[in-house]
Amino acid sequence: MTDTGFFGRLNWDAFPIAGLIQTPNTNEIVANAAAGIVVVGVIAVVGLLTLFRLWGPLWRDWLTSADHKKIGIMYIVFAIVMLARGVLEGVVMRAQQAAGPGPGFLEAEHFAELFSTHGTIMVFFVAVPFVFGVANYLVPLMIGARDVAFPVMNQISLGLTVSAGMMLMVSLVVGNFSTGGWTAYPPYTGAAFNPGVGPDYWIWAIVVSGIGTTLTGINFAVTIYKLRAPGMKFMRLPMYCWTIISSSILIIFAMPPLGVAALMLAADRYLDFHFFTNDLGGNMMNYANLFWLFGHPEVYLLVLPAYGIYSEVFATFSAKRLYGYNSLVIATMCIAVLSFTVWLHHFFTMGQSALINAVFGIATMLIAVPTGVKVYDWMATLYRGRIRFSVPMLYGLAFLMLFVIGGLSGVILANPTVDYQVHNTLFLVAHFHNALLPGVLFGLLAAYNYWFPKAFGFRLNEFWGRVSVVCWTVGFLLTFMPLYFVGLMGMPRRSFSYSDASFHPYMLVAIVGALIITCGLLSILVQLWVSIRDRENTRAPVGDPWDGRTLEWSIPSPPPSYNFAIIPQVTDRDNFAAAKERGEAYPSPDAYEDITMPRNTAIGFTLCVFSGVWMFALVWWIWWLAALMTVLMLASFIVWTFKTDFEEVIPAEEVRKQHEAWLDLVRNSKPVDRDHETAPENRGLARPDLEAVT
Amino acid sequence: MALLRPSSAAPAVLVVAASVVASAQMAWAADSFMDPQGPIAAVQKTHLLRATVLIMVAVLPVLVLVPLIALRYRRRNGGTAAYRPKWDFSAKLEFVMWGVPMVIVALLSFYLWKATHRLDPYSAAFGETPALNVQVVGLDWKWLFIYPDLGIATVGEFGIPVKQQVAMTLTTDTVMQSFMIPALAGQIYAMPGMTTKLHLVADAPKTMQGENTQYNGRGFTKQKFLTQAMQTEDFNAWVESVRTNGIPLNEDTYRTLAMRTDRDEVQAALGTALMPLNALYFTLEDGDLFQSILHRYHGGQPLPVDQQPGTVEFGQEATQ
Repeated sequence: MTDTGFFGRLNWDAFPIAGLIQTPNTNEIVANAAAGIVVVGVIAVVGLLTLFRLWGPLWRDWLTSADHKKIGIMYIVFAIVMLARGVLEGVVMRAQQAAGPGPGFLEAEHFAELFSTHGTIMVFFVAVPFVFGVANYLVPLMIGARDVAFPVMNQISLGLTVSAGMMLMVSLVVGNFSTGGWTAYPPYTGAAFNPGVGPDYWIWAIVVSGIGTTLTGINFAVTIYKLRAPGMKFMRLPMYCWTIISSSILIIFAMPPLGVAALMLAADRYLDFHFFTNDLGGNMMNYANLFWLFGHPEVYLLVLPAYGIYSEVFATFSAKRLYGYNSLVIATMCIAVLSFTVWLHHFFTMGQSALINAVFGIATMLIAVPTGVKVYDWMATLYRGRIRFSVPMLYGLAFLMLFVIGGLSGVILANPTVDYQVHNTLFLVAHFHNALLPGVLFGLLAAYNYWFPKAFGFRLNEFWGRVSVVCWTVGFLLTFMPLYFVGLMGMPRRSFSYSDASFHPYMLVAIVGALIITCGLLSILVQLWVSIRDRENTRAPVGDPWDGRTLEWSIPSPPPSYNFAIIPQVTDRDNFAAAKERGEAYPSPDAYEDITMPRNTAIGFTLCVFSGVWMFALVWWIWWLAALMTVLMLASFIVWTFKTDFEEVIPAEEVRKQHEAWLDLVRNSKPVDRDHETAPENRGLARPDLEAVT
Repeated sequence: MALLRPSSAAPAVLVVAASVVASAQMAWAADSFMDPQGPIAAVQKTHLLRATVLIMVAVLPVLVLVPLIALRYRRRNGGTAAYRPKWDFSAKLEFVMWGVPMVIVALLSFYLWKATHRLDPYSAAFGETPALNVQVVGLDWKWLFIYPDLGIATVGEFGIPVKQQVAMTLTTDTVMQSFMIPALAGQIYAMPGMTTKLHLVADAPKTMQGENTQYNGRGFTKQKFLTQAMQTEDFNAWVESVRTNGIPLNEDTYRTLAMRTDRDEVQAALGTALMPLNALYFTLEDGDLFQSILHRYHGGQPLPVDQQPGTVEFGQEATQ
């Protein structure tokens, strides 16, 4: 690996077009089409930005912003772009298997790249950025803070996550991605068996995004510990913030094992170490343990925030207090702790004793207890409420019904006896999609519909929202229920072909489901388009379009950069709902103060670019470039630390002007009741609603 | 209190359980543990069904009550259903919510503990002894079965006598793989330089498919084999035919076998007219072959990549 030239091991053959010229077949056409979409996409974005002269605003208002709200939105945009790619890859894989017993239209290696990128993208570059994009936007607003604890670190987290995600995009155009799955088990991914660039793309994307995520975890733990508004005791925190605390704790403890495992694999591949090799005492079992020591808490650090979102949605759209707040808090923390005690169930089949398998199996089933309690608590929240079937509530109801099926298969898998049969089969694939789609993704889409008017000042279109709920729900059922059955029938996951004709009907149902899911994705984009077009009819600038219960609804939509003109005094769990009830919402403050906010900085963007080039250089063994980027990253960071002028002051007079203008708007707006929630007259001022009926 | 009344869920549990059992016996493919051919897979299936029914006690109320609650308490003009916007706690309800899942999990844990110990793949609880010893080597992309006591080895065809216990020791001479014969028992990983164990037994003569479930490259989906469970006398005749028709498994043939080839390719390279079309028969020259495969990784020296089976480089100098 030392005899490499100026461009390392990068040469003409690394580009997919070379393959198409040498062997023109369907496989190469699919590969080139994928690369083409990336290239055309980049050209289109650059062209549009230039055409509409948006480079300046993009740089000033977004890329250099340290505002948690803008960083949150950028995370979510990034996640949705990656989601589109992940869904399409899933459809192509389903199509390959639906093509029937026999070879299909893709080559084995290409199919392997698809399941590897699909998994890596969906976990690390859709779920994580989407979850923390929402958290970025919401947490400071919910706890009555003006920003996160470390705004610049927040920007760096985003930069690192995006640059790592870009490696997945680059791998479509230059070289190949790993074929080792999202878990990248050695020795298959070791240098002996996979000398190419694929595993290296995986390693560096994981390491760099892992650092970004770890920083995010630290940031949000500190934010919630330190920046809560006066009076907001822990037991007055909105349920969503509790889930973000536990998720942040999980990140802080779970991400390091992943980074360590990936770096040890890198040491094996680059420096001839033998951590996980076959020879010289290497042992891949250590990798499996390290990976799942991260991998299992990872599942919960994704799903817990979704639980938090559902808690807010169920309470608001049932017009009722959240049932069993204490229970939910306890259950959340139980899940967080237990999630560290179950990693071994990912490899019951590795040959350890029955005693160990039984202990980890029971530990795994224990998680079902707090999870079940949560589900029942949400049902009790709906019970004796006044349920409005808005889009977020529809996602929530679909979640309740579908998620318990995932729970059922999860508890089944916790039994080592059964796991011996269904491990590594499509049963497992169906199970974790059942947990991640209705669990995490539906929650995030509910959040997107619920808080969109807060972020942009107008509501999303209800009709297309409902269409997307139906498509995602039906599509999910058709795609993944058949996989449970073929899994029980013994069909291994990651099969690019099969010979058993009895699997075929199930695969045909699954491809129909995958196409319906694609319609779900498209309807989300159509919804956004239609909503922007019709935005004059859905504006809710006063800020409370859903009769919300928590602090973020007590401020204008979109909120000013400093969030709260006056930091609120918290006296209640559902503080804003309580204030509305007492008639004390929208108080006029006696005096205003200067507000200090972080200034724009380019350090996050700089590190994003440098770390991206650094990863590319490492993947392709362009050592001089890797060294240069290392120096540049360190230098830019050191230079940045010398900057002392990193805050700007918004004068009290300016704050007063903006806030008084908004208070005038509040006074002059017509309050609407919940029956007119989706009508144009809902400008975001809620009227006191129904009385209790006993 | 309409919530969570277990008595209302009981009939529904039975219906679902019955339909699960019925569909398991009708439509599903044979050749899986849904149609078990040995006592181990049979217990695994029973355990799956029992666990499913028990979990349904917690799941069914959700499936039934969520639509009912949503319908009854939907917002509409002149609704008469109760509305208690401040109600957020009930000690009785909490007791049920925590209690029911705990009882179910306790029951499940009891069964889990028993079944996990009873079906431990390392223990020899089933079948008649003395056991038939088989050494299994995972290669890219085929399984090699070595019968050390019988002096034979096979690829693609795994013959076993019925009723007798089969005691397997597994390793690989390449990347990690996972060995499974679904109709007989669950899977176990096979890893280079290490051994794992699996015991199984077949009830009656039958041909069943076996496979690798751990993705390991281009030939992954072809890494299947047929398990032939035979009466003892048929098994003895089969052993004799392997011995008569097999070619010697020596350093050369093993090298060819261990190269990065799928089942069809290796059949073309080593198959003879005397062997079945989809299987290779060998006579064992070196009784310590399995041990020497294991020791390949414990020499205390780095293993050059061209001596590592499963790599592109392995075996190339022989063909040049």
